[in-house]
Amino acid sequence: MITAIIRPWKLDDLQLAVARLGVQGITVTEVTGYGRQRGHSEHYRGSEYQAEFVPKLRVEIVLDDASAESVVEAITNVCRTGKTGDGKIFLAPVGEAVRIRTRESGAAAA
Amino acid sequence: MQIEERKRTKGGSLMRSLGAVALLMLPAMVFAQDAPPPPNKGDVSWLMTSTVLVILMTIPGLALFYGGMVRSKNVLSLLMQVMIVFCVGVLMFAIYGYSLAFTENNAFIGGFSKAFLKGMTGDSLTGTFSKATNIPELGFFCFQSTFAAITPALIVGAFAERIKFSALLVFIIIWLTFAYYPIAHMVWFWSGPDAFTTLEAGTAANVNAGFLFNKGALDFAGGTVVHINAGVAGLVGCILIGKRIGYGQSALPPHNLPMVMIGSALLWVGWFGFNVGSNLEANGFATLVFANTLLATAAATLAWMLGEWIIKGSPTMLGAASGAVAGLVAITPACGWVGPMGSIAIGVIAALVCLWAVSGLKRALGYDDSLDVFGVHCVGGIVGAVLTGVFNSPALGGTDVYDYVANAFPNPADYSITTHVISQLWGVGTTIVWSGLVSLVAFKIVDLTIGLRVTEEQEREGLDTVSHGERAYNG
Repeated sequence: MITAIIRPWKLDDLQLAVARLGVQGITVTEVTGYGRQRGHSEHYRGSEYQAEFVPKLRVEIVLDDASAESVVEAITNVCRTGKTGDGKIFLAPVGEAVRIRTRESGAAAA
Repeated sequence: MQIEERKRTKGGSLMRSLGAVALLMLPAMVFAQDAPPPPNKGDVSWLMTSTVLVILMTIPGLALFYGGMVRSKNVLSLLMQVMIVFCVGVLMFAIYGYSLAFTENNAFIGGFSKAFLKGMTGDSLTGTFSKATNIPELGFFCFQSTFAAITPALIVGAFAERIKFSALLVFIIIWLTFAYYPIAHMVWFWSGPDAFTTLEAGTAANVNAGFLFNKGALDFAGGTVVHINAGVAGLVGCILIGKRIGYGQSALPPHNLPMVMIGSALLWVGWFGFNVGSNLEANGFATLVFANTLLATAAATLAWMLGEWIIKGSPTMLGAASGAVAGLVAITPACGWVGPMGSIAIGVIAALVCLWAVSGLKRALGYDDSLDVFGVHCVGGIVGAVLTGVFNSPALGGTDVYDYVANAFPNPADYSITTHVISQLWGVGTTIVWSGLVSLVAFKIVDLTIGLRVTEEQEREGLDTVSHGERAYNG
């Protein structure tokens, strides 16, 4: 499974890029957090805030091992701006997958 | 002879009859001379429209302006505080507020002769700013009641997100009674222009006019009565109640800036009722008040935005909305006394001074005036009041002050800016001290009896669920 934390406005590009590689399903969650970017400053009248938690999107894609490398490559290409805050990609094995409608499991379900 | 006599008799009776008719007509003619002319329908329409506009600027205008600036867990508490304080203010005005503000008694407070609106019917009349021109007193009452009701609603922004709802209501009742009604009486109560037939008559009529009215303090629509008055109460309140948990350490950002924008826009629209309605007549002069309110606000919005853009690096929505309100506040005392170019100057100056007040001054003094009631309303009110004395000068395009005895404007060369600014400072100083002391005592009384602040746990949870048992955003 690929878990990518990306800039919110990169989602459209990411979706197009992975769809071209045959990815059939993605799950997107709105999240906040911080890494090296450490937030940004906002000001409201007299008060200035360091907004610690920056809004990001978490994109989860479950796919077979063979296509993982090319999908990671595609996500990196479209989501990269070269500045801090571009995000992260994590790869982890998935124990099992079940398609609820058909009760299929394993690779057929993913 | 007999015929002659009869003729005479007839003639005599005819004369008598005519005499009787004349005698019957005489009181009617005297009445026609003395009776006030009926109100002008245009004036009455505008008075009622203005009253509705002031209600619009309070609920929903002020409520949304404030509600958007707090965190989402407190938005309903602000909407409720504004709406309920408004209702309390209107009702108290009918019970004794109008009487204390607008009846004759002494220079500082009126009497109870019109408590419970005693004797007021649809035919009751009150004066305007033109001789022999009256408006229905009930209409004037309704208009003024909205002023007495929005003023305490302005205060709630200062201690938003931590005040106990019941404590607020008790405070408002005390503050209206001992701060608002006296100040309104001091600034606005006079006998009307018709009394000024001669210098002596005018002097006699002024004996029981308000203290600040006689000091010559000009306040067309409520710079001192409404904005300085409320702003000072807010400052005292936020200092006594203390800072919000997390103030200065963690972010307490506005939860909905579009709501703030809608609120400030409704304030701006409603303010035309507030300012132009204060002219009491729908005449040409009203259009000057209208133009001033329009221009000062546009100028202030731009000035705040530019100031912020230069200092902070970005022109913000909250800044633009704050600039608009600062301009509206500052033009309030001035709108019937200055010319259009004077109003632009007042808007620009007020916006920049208020921008400093909500950032530099606030940081330096360290109080937590949550929604900048002091920084915008009191500071903007002071700037507007003082500059009214400056830009009222005919040399700077102002209107000068009409002389009701001479029925003419004074010689423009006689206008002294210094004299007028001193008069204005009397108004500013008296209001600050009076409202400050009343607020201090009122807050202390409420704190010792009910307690001003919710518990720390309740404050963290948010006033919407704690005080009102509901949540603004579900699902």
